[in-house]
Order: sequence, then structure tokens, then C-alpha cells
Amino acid sequence: MSMFQRQIGKQFAILLVLVLIWLAVEFMIRFGILNPFYELNLILIGINIILAVSLNLINGFNGQFSIGHAGFMAVGAYGAAMITLKTQLPLPLALLFGALLAGVFGVLVGIPTLRLRGDYLAIATLGFGEIIRGIIVNIDYIGGAYGLSGIPKIATWSWVFWLTVLTVIIITNFVNSTHGRATISIRENEIAAEAMGINTTKYKVMAFTIGSFFAGLAGGLHAHYFYTIQPNTFNFLKSFDILVMVVLGGQGSITGSIIAAIFLTIISASLQSLAALRLVIYALLLIIIMLFRPQGLMGTKEFSFKMFSKKSKDREEKPHGTAVGQ
Amino acid sequence: MEVFLQQLINGISLGSIYALIALGYTMVYGIVQLINFAHGDVYMVGAYLGFFATAILGWSFLPALVMAMIVCAILGVVIEKLAYKPLRNAPRITALITAIGVSLFLEYGTMLLVTPQVRTFPQVLPEVQWKLFGNLTVSNRQVIILVITIVLMVLLQYIVHKTKIGKAMRAVSYDKQAAQLMGINVNQTISATFAIGSALAAAAGVLVGIYYNAINPLMGIMPGLKAFVAAVLGGIGIIPGAMTGGFLLGIVEAMVSGYGKSLYRDPVAFVILIIILIVKPAGLFGKNVREKV
Repeated sequence: MSMFQRQIGKQFAILLVLVLIWLAVEFMIRFGILNPFYELNLILIGINIILAVSLNLINGFNGQFSIGHAGFMAVGAYGAAMITLKTQLPLPLALLFGALLAGVFGVLVGIPTLRLRGDYLAIATLGFGEIIRGIIVNIDYIGGAYGLSGIPKIATWSWVFWLTVLTVIIITNFVNSTHGRATISIRENEIAAEAMGINTTKYKVMAFTIGSFFAGLAGGLHAHYFYTIQPNTFNFLKSFDILVMVVLGGQGSITGSIIAAIFLTIISASLQSLAALRLVIYALLLIIIMLFRPQGLMGTKEFSFKMFSKKSKDREEKPHGTAVGQ
Repeated sequence: MEVFLQQLINGISLGSIYALIALGYTMVYGIVQLINFAHGDVYMVGAYLGFFATAILGWSFLPALVMAMIVCAILGVVIEKLAYKPLRNAPRITALITAIGVSLFLEYGTMLLVTPQVRTFPQVLPEVQWKLFGNLTVSNRQVIILVITIVLMVLLQYIVHKTKIGKAMRAVSYDKQAAQLMGINVNQTISATFAIGSALAAAAGVLVGIYYNAINPLMGIMPGLKAFVAAVLGGIGIIPGAMTGGFLLGIVEAMVSGYGKSLYRDPVAFVILIIILIVKPAGLFGKNVREKV
């Protein structure tokens, strides 16, 4: 079998597994076998995967440390909710509008802030996240501090599942494209990348915009599953939640983010009654990872079954610089 | 005009609190280039220690203040030794994520210990309102906050400029390696910086307790972030800059609330931050340093 055929075969196998997972869950929901609590958490896992993978594009692959992701999620959530509430357009259009709006915000926020580096960029993105929330609180038309309710609950398991798959496919393909390589080179060394003729501003804004777009998509799904949204849902604790997923999974590993999103969603579901304890565990997890395995579970590698074969073990994991602003 | 002057008075008291917290941020940043996210939470712990001393042990105001400052100084050193010291040569983002972790840990650890409920501070200082001209009022608490802040700032200036440890701090922040070669114990100096910064934050916590009367485990988040804004505004790493930045931010915020836009209070601080970062990232008092390859 040629390399190309093997690739196609592998992708076909993955697609088959995905269809089977989707069908199995859909079947269980249809026939009421699946407890609503589990359904809720499956949906949350999907939304969190979208958020973690999209933040990983910014933080992991592009090396621009952003901690305001929840702000873009809020834009998407409110944007999409306004469409379904005020006009009677269907869900896909609403989600697309929310995501596009978040993407536009991504451009607007990205162009000025991405000139900053390292911890200054971090604090500026946090500031922007809070500004977005502050603006939402002050607009009575969209519910102000009380939030928006009565959003139709039309984001079903199928929507969430396939949009999650789509997000992962798009971001994986982006990362493996020429543009993606340019994006990664900025993480490795911005000055060297610039010297090689890469338009660093363009790629930073591009990664930031794509990341925001998908955060907005996740927000839209969130709004249409929970049918009520409040500005406080999208404060920086939410941003930290997403950040923990990216950091735990490995900044620069899409499969790492997926694994971490699933793992942490399950943990928080099982600690739901003890909100404070959950965050103490999150905090300790964050500190311990940073002290003992700062590259996260997967580092910059992707999960594959080849990982377990002997050949790949010989390859040393190269320490890469997530060192921004060093 | 009256609103303006009244808000100026309120802003100065609020600004004193920000300035005290900002000093700790700026000192730590100056010496280890780390945004100590947990700093706002040290302030919260300080407020709880003050509450514990006055409401439960029945101490009076000054001993409570001193006790909170000492305990928080120790807390600051412990945080530095356990969480930041092992990462001193790690990438800055690693240290930043750790700081976020420490911050969340302090917030929710405290919440587990004392429950999320809001506590009311006892009236250790009975409130007296003094009328100036017109309807302008100043309370004794506002005066006390300002006086204590100024005393602490003068003390800090004395420590930084006249004592041996202050000289060491300035040397380490200028060039860590060279300071070490000159026989300065860098670790000790960094610990001292954390201790002093945390003690100032604790003082701010106790002062806020007596000023607003209410404390809760998440009270450190917003003032912590705003004190950081204040530190950036003045030029991070510069002590007089942090003081000025703190007062300026407090006054701006009081003006925004005073003119009926209180919901915009938080966003305004961040708008100031973004503007400063974009227009003059070195801050009001800072000089631009060219980036080295």
C-alpha cells in the first residue's frame, strides 16, 4: 500500500469510529437510555474541546499567551442568541453569525494587543476579556447584568458533536498547512521568523482570529443548549478553565487538548456539588504541572498509536520554547 | 464642583489601597520579572487576618494591622519558596501560569476554610464624619487610611534607599548575576522583596476591611488586577510610579462612579491598561528599553 492509500485508509477508519460514537449516543438519547446528566456532560465535553483546541492554536501553536478566551465565547454566545431571539433564522446561521462576530472582535482586539509580548500580552487579553464582559453588562438591550433567557434550546447532541469534529479538522489542517508552519515558527522564535521573511503580525492576527472564531462558535452552542446566558458565565474563571485544559494537554498538541478537555470536564462534573474544592484541585493541578511537567501531558506531540511502538520511543522529545518574551 | 471634590476625597482613599497593593506588584516584578497574580489574594488573606484579630480575638486596630502584616509577609515568602523559586530559570509563561494557579488556590482554599459568605468587619474605629465646606465630608477612616498609607510609603522609601537590604534589592533588580558576583545573597533578597510586598498588601486588606466593612474570599481578584493596572500605569518596577498609578486609578474610578456610571468602573480600569500598554508600555515614569536579540 502506498503512503497515500494508507493515509486515506486511516482517515476513513477515524471517520467510521466517529460515526459509530455519534450513532451510539444519538440512539441512547432517542430511546431515553442515556441519563440527562450524562448527556449534559457529553455536550459540555464537545464545547470544551472546541474551546481548548481553539485556544491552543493561539497559546500553543502561535505562542501568544492569551487569557481572555471567555470574552470571545461571550461575543459568540450573545451574537448567536440575538439572531435566534430577534429574527427567526435557523441555528446554523445564528452560530455562523456569532462565530463571525467573535472573529471580527478577534481582529479588532488582536491588531493592537499582539504587538505586546509574553506577560504583557497575557494581561492585555485578560483586560479585553473583562472589557467585553463589562460592555455586555452595560447594554440593557441584551439583558445587561441579568443576562439573556428564553433562547431556544436547539443545539442538540448532533450539532455539538459534528461541529466539534469540524473544528478539530479545520484547526488540524490549518496547523499542518503552510500558514500553520509560519504560525508555529513565530512560537519558536519570533525574531528569527521575521528575519526569514514571515509577516509575523499577519500570522499572529490570523491565529488569534481563527481562535476567536471558534470560541464564538462554542459560545453559540453554549447559549443554545443552556437557553440562558449571563455575563458572569464568561468571566476570567472561565478563561482559566480553558487555559488549564490547554496547559494540561500540552501547549501545541491538539490531541492533548482533546484528552485534557474530556478529563477535566469529567472531573468537574463529579465535583459539581463542591465548587470551591474543584477549583482548589484545578489550582493544584496547574501548579504541579508547571513544576514537574511544564510541557503538559503531550508536550507538542500528537497522540497516535505509533507512539507505543518502539521506533518512536527512540526519538528524543526536543524541548521547545514556549518561552515567549524571553 | 462639589461632586468632583467629594469624589477626589473618595478617590484618594481608594487610591491608597491600590497604591499599597501596586507597590508589592511592582517590587516583585522589578526583581524577578514575574506578574505575581497571587498578590491580590495575599491582600484578601490580610483582610481575613484583620477580621480574625479584631472580631474573634477582640484586638484593637493597630495590633491587628501589625499581626496581619507579619503573617502575610511569612505567607509571601512561603509562596515564593514553594511555587516560584523552582521556576526561576523557567520560561516566564511557566511562572505566570503557576502564579495563576497559586492565586486560584488561595482564593478557593480560603473559601473552603471560611465559606463563601461575606463577613462584616467589627466597628474597631467608630465612624466620625467631618463636614468641610458645603456638603463635602471626610470621614476619620479616610484620613486614617491615607495617614497609614503615607507612613508605610515613607518607611518603604527609607528601606529601599537607606538600608543594606534595600541596596541589595536595587542591585538585584538591576542585574541579578552581577549582584551575585558582588556577594549579595540573591535568594535572601528576593525573599525580602516578597515579604515587604506582601506585608503592604496585608495592610491594604485590613484598611479595606475597616473602610468598607465587608470582606469575602474573592475580594482580592478585582483590586489585585487593578493594582496591576496601577503598577503598569506608573511604569512597572518603579516604586514612585506604582504610588502615583495607584492614586490616579483610584481617583479615575471614583470619578466614574461619582458621575453615575458605576457599572463602567471595572471596564474603565482595563481600558486605561490597554491604552497605556499600546501607547507607552514602559508606563508614565518608565524609559523605553530597546529589545535585544
